Amino acid sequence: MHELSIATAVLERAAEEARRHAPARVTAVRVRVGELAGVVPDALRFSFDVARRGTALAAARLLVEEITATARCAPCGDDFAVGTPPFLWCPRCDRPTTRLLTGRELEITGIELEEASA
Amino acid sequence: MCRVIDVRQAVLAENDALAGALREELAARGTTVVNLLSSPGSGKTALLEPVLAAAVARGVPVAALTADLATENDARRLARSGAPVRQVLTGGLCHLEAAQLRGHLEDWPPDDTRVLFVENVGNLVCPAAYDLGEKLRVTLMSVTEGEDKPLKYPTAFGLAHLVVLTKTDIADAVGFDRVAFTQNVARVNPGVEILATSARTGEGLEVLVDRMLAVADGAAVHRPTMEGGRAAAARRAHVAPGPEPGRPHARGRHRRPGPESLTAPQP
Ligand SMILES: Nc1nc2c(ncn2[C@@H]2O[C@H](COP(=O)(O)OP(=O)(O)OP(=O)(O)O)[C@@H](O)[C@H]2O)c(=O)[nH]1
Ligand SMILES: [Mg+2]
Ligand SMILES: [Zn+2]
Repeated sequence: MHELSIATAVLERAAEEARRHAPARVTAVRVRVGELAGVVPDALRFSFDVARRGTALAAARLLVEEITATARCAPCGDDFAVGTPPFLWCPRCDRPTTRLLTGRELEITGIELEEASA
Repeated sequence: MCRVIDVRQAVLAENDALAGALREELAARGTTVVNLLSSPGSGKTALLEPVLAAAVARGVPVAALTADLATENDARRLARSGAPVRQVLTGGLCHLEAAQLRGHLEDWPPDDTRVLFVENVGNLVCPAAYDLGEKLRVTLMSVTEGEDKPLKYPTAFGLAHLVVLTKTDIADAVGFDRVAFTQNVARVNPGVEILATSARTGEGLEVLVDRMLAVADGAAVHRPTMEGGRAAAARRAHVAPGPEPGRPHARGRHRRPGPESLTAPQP
């Protein structure tokens, strides 16, 4: 269960970003999680709920955008979804691909802020 | 009032940056890190024992660092080889992170160490997400675990530079299907080499030692398709979109994994 470590890292990065916009309050953190990132979105949401307690982001929600894994076949130029479990071979040429286009994302894409009322 | 701040940052950017720095620092010292990943009990320690002994016998200075949730049993077993060994107790953490490894590398291992073996925590999920600055990432699986594990743990097998099958001495007893295993590995990591080994009979051990020492001597390492995805995702997260970051590395021809060999085709 490294989702707790991941959630903690997300909170730290988001808190760093939020400090630059103080005193605005973070209401949500947006992340992208690729199908092949090795992270289970539900476990991440759950871990985030636990990890945010008692931090400056205690009220922030985690918005997870799940990214489908896709690859490109160099010989035929086709882009295809690799599926679950992944099959890194071109379904048209039946040859392995060396080019994964998407699916390994594990990144923060934004934070939503609410200005503190004066 | 509400507003959205755009951030583009890899969640593990800190670990990845630290791992990158470690890789460079160790390269400068002449030490290559080999990261060993598998589920609990696949035989990482049992394999490492004769590997360390073989390296010592060949006069190659090696060291090992073994990570466990608890107990120093593995370090005790490995130390019998005569190689310097350290135990990391992760205190409940299910994987090793670059920062923990760095904590042990201040005045260790000895300067002349060619290969530092890192036995990760027994776990096929979490360790795969954390780069430790290794040059060679080895994923092991024993014949008792079932041929479908590469499909159930695609990142552990998909990111491997080398796959090692262990406990082949009992393969027949458990009805292990080598063809299915080879095909499943090739499905998530086309082109990766699979070495069949047994710590009991010694099968494959010399070849394994050869492979690992060759990497320390600068031999090219397999580039998993999935690793390209990791690098690309990290790049996208760090820098503004620029020109296409170079052509994908040229690969030789691949054969469809056939039943004739256990080793997946090498370019
Ligand atoms: N038959 C057979 N048994 C083996 C072999 N290698 C390891 N074992 C047995 O498998 C069990 C686990 O081996 P370990 O080397 O402790 O496995 P490990 O991956 O280091 O385990 P953790 O560090 O706890 O994750 C032990 O009982 C070993 O005796 C082998 O090649 N053949
Ligand atoms: Mg062990
Ligand atoms: Zn194709």
